[in-house]
Amino acid sequence: MDRLYGTALRLTGNPDDAEDVVAEAVSKAWSKLDDLRDLESMEGWLFRILNNSFVSLWRRRKTRDEVEREAVETSDAGGFSLFQQLHQPFLLWWGTPEQEFLNDVLQEDLQKALDALPDGFRVVIVLVEVQGYTYEEVSALLEIPVGTVRSRLSRGRALLQKALWHQASEAGLVHGRRPSDGGAGEST
Amino acid sequence: MSEDKLSCEEVIEQLFTYLDGELDHVHSAAIDRHLERCRDCFSRAEFEKRLRERIRASARAKAPDSLHRRIKGLLDQY
Ligand SMILES: [Zn+2]
Repeated sequence: MDRLYGTALRLTGNPDDAEDVVAEAVSKAWSKLDDLRDLESMEGWLFRILNNSFVSLWRRRKTRDEVEREAVETSDAGGFSLFQQLHQPFLLWWGTPEQEFLNDVLQEDLQKALDALPDGFRVVIVLVEVQGYTYEEVSALLEIPVGTVRSRLSRGRALLQKALWHQASEAGLVHGRRPSDGGAGEST
Repeated sequence: MSEDKLSCEEVIEQLFTYLDGELDHVHSAAIDRHLERCRDCFSRAEFEKRLRERIRASARAKAPDSLHRRIKGLLDQY
């Protein structure tokens, strides 16, 4: 249940919708239990139902055009790379900034950055990176061309990395060390 | 195999596709070989891999009690 909920939370970007999606998926799964051939494939089957429930909720909320418009209107982060930002000579004086960044970045900051992405970008990232979907599978589930999956992934990743960079700069993470008080990493 | 000598730029360009497991065997093996030899690209690849692990971990959450109650209510109807 926790994994279903956690995945739904990242797909929808908010707790209320995540609960709705899981509840709908569980009741669908329960009513279709006879379709399940073997218990081994139960997990994949459940997640598939969850993803479909998410997509139908999403479609009720937003039309394809709206999602498309949001994606188009979002300013492009170019090929922004967090690694390149961190891997600069002046930062390298402090050691290995990219390693420290990964150690120090808060789970909460990652979640915030991911949830703040426009839906069209967030959803493909969660499907590919969290759930391990192939581009083909994402294309079939969302009914968008594979080329769109590729471009949303690449733009979404650049946006996500840029947001993380900003958060890290604000929290003082990029100088290798957070302010001595561990709780001070929270950014506004 | 002509893909054998990839430049760093070519590797970085295809890095995410490679990490997503979307490259065919020949291309993916060429990148493997490059990463074995090139420290810069290797650290970049490691960084992206670890960042991805963190993103994957961000989908771990505890289902709230309200959801547990709701599911129980749903299943009791059957
Ligand atoms: Zn290289």
